[in-house]
Amino acid sequence: VCFIPGGLDCSICFVSHVLGKVCVHGRQKEILSVLVPRLTDLTKSDCIWQRICWRLVECVPDRWMEAVVLGFVQTAPGADVLSRLLGNLVVKNKKAQFVVTQKVLLLQYGHTTAVLQNLLGYLSLDSLRRALLIKVLQELLETWGSSSAVKHSPPEQQQYISKAILICLSHLKEPEIESCRQELLTSMMEGVKCHLDSNLPQIRRLGMIVAESISSKINTEGPVLKFQYKEDDEARELKSFLVQTPPFCVVPSLPDDDRNEKADAVLPLVLESNNKSHTGALVMPDEELDAELDSDDDLMPYDMSEDKELKIKAPVYIRDCIEVLTGSEDVDKWEATIKALESLVRKNPAATREVSVELAKVLLHLEEKTCIEGFVELRQRAQVAVLTTDPIPVAKYLTSQFYSLNYSLRQRVDILDVLVLAAQELSYPKSRGKTTCSGAQNPCIQLLPGSDSSKGWRRIVDERIKSKTRRFATGQSQVELASGPNEFSSVAGYFFFPLIQHFDRPLTTFDLLGEDHFVLGRLVHTLATLMYLAVNTAAVTAMGKALLEFVWALRFHTDPYVRQGLLSCISSTLLSVPTECLLDDMTEELLESQSWLGDLVEKDPDGDCRRLALQNLLLMENLKKKLKTVPS
Amino acid sequence: MALPPPDPQFVLRGTSAAVHTLHFSCGGQEPDVPVLFSGSENGFVHVWNLKTHRVDTALDGHGRKSVYCVETMGGKNRLLSQGRDQRICLWDLAEGRASVTDSVFTENVGFCRCSLLKVAQGRWLMAMAAKALDEVQVLELPSKTSVCTLKPEVGAKLGMPMCLKLWQLNCGSQPLLLAGYEDGSVVLWNLSMGKALSQLVCHQEPVMSLDFDSEKAKGISGSSEKVLSIWSLNEQQNLQVYKTHKLVNAGISDITIRPDKKILATAGWDHRIRIFGWKKLKPLAVLDYHTATVHCVSFSDHKNLSERLLAAGSKDHRISIWSIYTQT
Repeated sequence: VCFIPGGLDCSICFVSHVLGKVCVHGRQKEILSVLVPRLTDLTKSDCIWQRICWRLVECVPDRWMEAVVLGFVQTAPGADVLSRLLGNLVVKNKKAQFVVTQKVLLLQYGHTTAVLQNLLGYLSLDSLRRALLIKVLQELLETWGSSSAVKHSPPEQQQYISKAILICLSHLKEPEIESCRQELLTSMMEGVKCHLDSNLPQIRRLGMIVAESISSKINTEGPVLKFQYKEDDEARELKSFLVQTPPFCVVPSLPDDDRNEKADAVLPLVLESNNKSHTGALVMPDEELDAELDSDDDLMPYDMSEDKELKIKAPVYIRDCIEVLTGSEDVDKWEATIKALESLVRKNPAATREVSVELAKVLLHLEEKTCIEGFVELRQRAQVAVLTTDPIPVAKYLTSQFYSLNYSLRQRVDILDVLVLAAQELSYPKSRGKTTCSGAQNPCIQLLPGSDSSKGWRRIVDERIKSKTRRFATGQSQVELASGPNEFSSVAGYFFFPLIQHFDRPLTTFDLLGEDHFVLGRLVHTLATLMYLAVNTAAVTAMGKALLEFVWALRFHTDPYVRQGLLSCISSTLLSVPTECLLDDMTEELLESQSWLGDLVEKDPDGDCRRLALQNLLLMENLKKKLKTVPS
Repeated sequence: MALPPPDPQFVLRGTSAAVHTLHFSCGGQEPDVPVLFSGSENGFVHVWNLKTHRVDTALDGHGRKSVYCVETMGGKNRLLSQGRDQRICLWDLAEGRASVTDSVFTENVGFCRCSLLKVAQGRWLMAMAAKALDEVQVLELPSKTSVCTLKPEVGAKLGMPMCLKLWQLNCGSQPLLLAGYEDGSVVLWNLSMGKALSQLVCHQEPVMSLDFDSEKAKGISGSSEKVLSIWSLNEQQNLQVYKTHKLVNAGISDITIRPDKKILATAGWDHRIRIFGWKKLKPLAVLDYHTATVHCVSFSDHKNLSERLLAAGSKDHRISIWSIYTQT
């Protein structure tokens, strides 16, 4: 498409119409991929062409404006180009303004980072448009900080909004930040609170990164907010948005070189002088040594091979361990005891059984006295060892403590983790006694604290679905070769039912259905794992029934982490309970669950929940098919 | 083929408390009995007869508060003991007496051992930590008059003095004081002017103990870390680090150089006594007998070289006596 250059008075309206019509039909890419580069070149230095371009877009009728503007924003190679092409369109045209400030940022979230950069850079490049930039920032912060948005919008959208906020912040200049400092501060505080409340780690991290960035912008001197989170590529990418590389700066080469040369010249001088002083110092001791007569060579050294680093011995008896852990002031001994405890417990099962509940109590309340590496893991492994050595009394103790007063959240979550790890160990008797590196043996279940078990569950369910069909064809058993009886069978009930019992009874310091929904989420995931591990045990049907009722009671919970847990519960019930029992004893519960799952697949805002719900439905279908084909 | 380290010649038991300080007095002529003084945590100073290996007398002068320094003033009949009851007691032990003749109230609640130096017949200088946290006071004994108070300059932040050593190059010359402080530095003080001549940062942790060889103008200090620091004094009275020696286990409570300046002994928190050659700090032996931290080491002052002994007192209530490198 060629344009006639030079002082002709041409009417662009027709071209605008054509452009608009083409764009609205979805052909933005084709036409703009040709048009935009051409226009970029032409408008680089030529004012007339710039004005022609602006007229072009201004004349596009409103009903096609959105498509055109969106197309331009997406294809323009940079914010400055976009600025040249669109001019002050956003200020002049209401529709364009709506698209740019509201629709792209708040109502959609599928655009790439480049688009965001273009758009926000475009807004920042002209003084007329900067007012819009600030307005956009305020609206973004409002959305970012609203707790209902954090709870109900998908994580992808939240990430999109966070990116937009960071880019906006990078464009703001000092006086503008000054003027809206107070608002920034208030929205940051509110936003941080909602984000940290969430159960999903990525939301928490997004909140932390954005809050840090805002705080660094508004407090240029003085203490800045600093959070601790995992620094990976995503975090670094987000933080890189905060710094804008100005596209207009041409790095002055000559002055820089001069400066560099001077710096280089200084360095060698410094190094030389250092070297000289070193050599000077080296010369003297040599001379001294030569001058001295070695007259104490006649002192023969004794054998010093026994001189090694001091190691404190740990106690050898379990009761001694309890004594050291509860009373001893000797910190070296305490450390040595902690390190040796797990192996001691495993080597002396009979002695452990005598004091199991007491030892479990001591371990549950054990605080870190000195700084040992891996203290949390050492304590957890010792607890698991105690629990597997004497399951019934210790499980009774731990589950009763889970619902007791005055425990911290960490301790309650500890109890859940320990129960799951012990259940895993009990149900796979071959791995008993060997160093169970939690998580390494069974690749499906990640049980170390802090990890997201929902990912593991997806894998389990997928694998199980595949294996189920395979299993059906070959008729082989899924469970690994157990050389002994399933030890979990007799104790599964003691692990499972007490945990389910009191979930709806709030205590003064612990309200599962209220504030402590994080623990509720962990509890639900724990129940799912216990259910999964209870396959082939006698109590599995009763457990399944109770679990499905539990899921039904909580099915409308607002926290996506809890919902994911509930879906895992359903998966493990479907997988563990023998299908005949499922259909005989739990028909109503199954039907109710099925309708709930169907609902979730369509309407749940969280992507993970939808996926899990779909997989559950597939599982149910598979089971039905399997039953139909089995000759009765 | 190196020999295995020797066993203690004998072990003194009976203090029933951790031993914090030791001092030999064996220079007397026959029929004088060689004697070892020990101060314990239960406030007693035990006088051990080195022939019978039994306690001759137990001196109770510090109200059952730990005694952390004992020194003799010219012979075994005059004893000085320092305790946690904030007192320094002077004892008269001649002819079987056991009485406190004088005491100095230090008003200091720290653990810094005092240092004695004989400047003239019947006159001693004693340096001790004073009432103010970072000050050192020097008294003349037996008159108890204050010679000077050594105050670090404002802002120096040296912390408490941890260990002191008074010395003079030869009789009649200026007495000087070396003090190791809590921040890991060693300071050389001039007593007549009351000023610091030189300061050297030897350690990252508090200096637990130091000793100085005035002939070679070389000193050694130990700390709670794994490093022994050897420093020297040059002609301009400036301290410089000469070398450092890395230990296997951290923590030194006491260092002492033998009077003939051939070897030195260190008392370690790892229950071991280490012997080094003084000239080049060559490790000579590791004596592993005690079962708890060794608090103090001391060499004897026997006139007969082959009878020389090394004593070590430990938290395990025992005093081990060793005979090592006595041939040279």
